[in-house]
Amino acid sequence: MEEKVLSPLTEKPSRFFIISIAALAGVFLWGILAWLWQFLNGLKVTGLNVPVFWGVYIINFVFFIGVSHAGTLISAILRITDAAWRRPFTRMAETITIASLFFAASSVIIDLGRPDRFLNVLLYPHLTSPILWDVLCITTYLTMSCLYFYLALIPDFALCRDRLTELPAWQRQIYRWAALGWSGSKGEERTHHKLMTVLSVVLLTLVISVHTNVGFIFGMTTKPGWHSAAIGPYFVVGAAFQGLGGLAAIAVMIRRAFRMEWAITESQFDALRKFFLAVCCFWTYFTFVELLTTYYGQHTAEMEVFSSKLFGEFSLPFWSMLLFCLFIPFPLLAFKLGALETRLMVAGISVNIGMWLERYTIVVPSGARPYLSWGPGHYSPSWVEWSVTASWAAGFVLVFLLFTRIVPIFTVWELREGLDDAMKAPRKPHEI
Amino acid sequence: MLPEKTSRRNFITGFFTALGSIFASSRVAVSSEGRSIKNDGPKWGMVIDLDKCTACGACVVGCSVENNQMLGSPEEAAMGRIIRWLKILPVTEAEGSRVRQSLIPMPCQQCENPPCTRVCPTSATFMGPDGIVGQVYDRCIGCRYCVNACPYTCKFFNWGDPQWPENVETPFNPDVSIRDKGVVEKCLFCHHRLQRANDKAREEGRPLKQEDYIPACVAACPARAIVFGDMNDSQSEVSKAADNHRAYRMLEDLGTKPKVVYLREG
Repeated sequence: MEEKVLSPLTEKPSRFFIISIAALAGVFLWGILAWLWQFLNGLKVTGLNVPVFWGVYIINFVFFIGVSHAGTLISAILRITDAAWRRPFTRMAETITIASLFFAASSVIIDLGRPDRFLNVLLYPHLTSPILWDVLCITTYLTMSCLYFYLALIPDFALCRDRLTELPAWQRQIYRWAALGWSGSKGEERTHHKLMTVLSVVLLTLVISVHTNVGFIFGMTTKPGWHSAAIGPYFVVGAAFQGLGGLAAIAVMIRRAFRMEWAITESQFDALRKFFLAVCCFWTYFTFVELLTTYYGQHTAEMEVFSSKLFGEFSLPFWSMLLFCLFIPFPLLAFKLGALETRLMVAGISVNIGMWLERYTIVVPSGARPYLSWGPGHYSPSWVEWSVTASWAAGFVLVFLLFTRIVPIFTVWELREGLDDAMKAPRKPHEI
Repeated sequence: MLPEKTSRRNFITGFFTALGSIFASSRVAVSSEGRSIKNDGPKWGMVIDLDKCTACGACVVGCSVENNQMLGSPEEAAMGRIIRWLKILPVTEAEGSRVRQSLIPMPCQQCENPPCTRVCPTSATFMGPDGIVGQVYDRCIGCRYCVNACPYTCKFFNWGDPQWPENVETPFNPDVSIRDKGVVEKCLFCHHRLQRANDKAREEGRPLKQEDYIPACVAACPARAIVFGDMNDSQSEVSKAADNHRAYRMLEDLGTKPKVVYLREG
């Protein structure tokens, strides 16, 4: 089992892998050039205007924060509840978290008019600003996630150190350093387990605070369409939804690409499907509640935003959001429409597209319909914004793919735990 | 070495003390925002009589020239990116077949409870001791949060480098700095004029008189539709003008308490 998990670390990468890496790196570099162009010329190269002051970059920020929630949600919540089906997914999920958080944080910096002054937020902190809350939350979240990721890796690094004898000396030396002299004794395992549990609880609080705060950035203003108490929890649920989608899609792809059908069983995928379906229902519930409250209140300024979303200028992104977040994934997850793997992958990708559109329908229509009308507000992102968006998406996949070559993509010690349990106890039908 | 129990108690005490002090300091930050600020000095305010206003736009021009605002290109105008600290808001009201168009001059409403200063992550926008909402261009990071938080859309962002046609570069107002690309700017009630007036009064060894300080838009208005002065002084011209049954403030129910008062068209 261990050899199979570690094989991607030693195997020569296939030609397809190298071509993908090159293509992704190309797209990423193109986006960096586009950003450089924006840095030199100012935000006038974007499609932003008066009154749509926030656009694609802020949408990307919320989007990547949402992706990052895959990790903590799966590994922290499921580790605390000791759900057996989590085991093959934890490492992948944590990798997604770390990779996406960097792209989330950089999306905000790209959005700044003066990115060179970013540190002013810490030099002249203003405690009443939700942006400062966000900076504090996200940096804490990033630090703790890295720690959690590394902690779960220590036993696996030790395994790499001991097993991968065919690697060049310098690579083994790095694994040796990273393993921190792990010997796998009972005492070490106990401490490790304790620390993992404590960190899981800490991360669980962070996962809620981070996305609630991202929601607060919008909710704390009195802007029509943003000013809502539900926006915090709505964002938390949306992030969980999207994170699960991302994880489902990536798990299926990894399983196929590395031929690791033995590592993830059908019943584990089915548990993921049920969880995903439940969160899909939650998200739909929140969307419905938000819309109904706005409609029933009939507040003039709120209705301007409402009708521009449902019937007006922004009806295309709005209805496609519902299509990608509800009408496609719900039947796929609820009914037996073909192979489970394919259903999970299609639903996962669809939800990620849908959740990007969801942020679009939150950020842009409220910008375009302020209290006082200075003429109709429109927004069409420029080539710079699209380039940076494509680049950030490519960069995220690139970082993830590179990770699969450096760290074992399954948490080996947890998988082994699962196998040991299965050996000891008679197999129950709903567990492995 | 202390026994473990004590050290844990110490830790908890320390933790809550730290939490308390963070909370306390945030309260100070909120109150320094001006919500409960005690201002013994003048409260500078403005009354705009929409009955007298002809919407000629002289205030817009006066403001632009006074404050070194860019002319702007047709391309920028098409994107709605022209910066005018004082703009004319067109409002169309329809009642049955009767349609009425009002044109309302809109400077920064100079809220007493400004939503923009609250959300600024770096305190680049703040309320000064004279009650005027200011902007520190050198500190602003250009996140545009304040611009989004302002319900009046009266804050402006510099989308690019400042540009003027060649022959208009000379007559800059030396009292007003040129804003760089990527920062937010706004109407400051011609704060530099207040500073000048204060300096002059100090030189002459006398207290500041209300007529010493008049913003450019007020000076430019040919119809004398804008009255400016100290709203704390019940005998001032501006207080008397505001004491009118036609008086209202923009989006009053948001609780921002603007110091710009409008007199409804009669």
